[in-house]
Amino acid sequence: MNHIMPGHIVPVRVYLAVFCALVVLTVLTVKVAYVDLGLLNTPLALGIASVKAMLVVLYFMHARYSPRLILLVVIVSAFTLILLFAFTLSDYLTRGQIVLPIQ
Amino acid sequence: MSQVSSPYLAHHFEDLEQQQESASLGMWLFLVTEVMFFGGLFAAYAVYRTIYPGPFHAGSHLLDVRLGGLNTAVLITSSLTMALAVHAAQTGHRKALLRYLFLTIALGTVFFIVKGFEWHHKYVEHHIPGPSFHYEGPSDPHRVQLFFVLYFCMTGLHALHVLLGIGAMLWLVLLAYRGKFSTEWYTPVELVGLYWHFVDIVWIYLFPLLYLLGRH
Repeated sequence: MNHIMPGHIVPVRVYLAVFCALVVLTVLTVKVAYVDLGLLNTPLALGIASVKAMLVVLYFMHARYSPRLILLVVIVSAFTLILLFAFTLSDYLTRGQIVLPIQ
Repeated sequence: MSQVSSPYLAHHFEDLEQQQESASLGMWLFLVTEVMFFGGLFAAYAVYRTIYPGPFHAGSHLLDVRLGGLNTAVLITSSLTMALAVHAAQTGHRKALLRYLFLTIALGTVFFIVKGFEWHHKYVEHHIPGPSFHYEGPSDPHRVQLFFVLYFCMTGLHALHVLLGIGAMLWLVLLAYRGKFSTEWYTPVELVGLYWHFVDIVWIYLFPLLYLLGRH
């Protein structure tokens, strides 16, 4: 009934496991950067960075143990960022590709 | 039925948990604005890198991967010590809280000093955008300069956040020394923790985008 402790207490071993995963992923991202994967290098680097960011958000920032309202805000932050990128790049990446009949 | 309400509980909240969650929600909303703040720079980076891939690769090659990697390790470790500081606050260990706060401050300072060395090196090599900018290589110097404009804007704004984070942690140290925190109220520790992890996440993206681009 009465909540003495506000907030969920994450065990220390979870923090340590997340830290180890972050270190391994950092080493991995450096290693793969020196391998020529053509167009895949950047998506892979961003993918690894996003896994690291998700680990930090879910465990270090307690999003996994937070109420749904906070999870919603986390998702909104990703969504607004995607909107920013989608609209900006849909303009710049398609310039000169469409030739209008009257110019 | 009757329960003694905590001295830490403000009257407009149901209980301590709701109070803590409200504060966290506010911090998260602030972080959304921070995401968009940095997002603008990341979008500018994405656009120019797409238009000028060659000069951006050339600019990236002029950065020191070892120092960037070292700083990544330093910042990730500082995120761990910050998480442990929050844990110490939650479990009411004041000495551990102070220890982890000092460790996090020290690591944040190391990050900033390493960054300072990198920037100084760029100054010596004339890689700071402006009239004295100098680049000899196959790429267009103006476009390589554009990479460095973004490099300094992004790492500069990030470093400013690191400095503000260190300032916020010094404030936490002061509050902890005065014994202001308890297992019932440690909201500032939790919120500064959220902020510091956000700063870590920004660097998690900056490191591969600036330092590792085009290493293959």
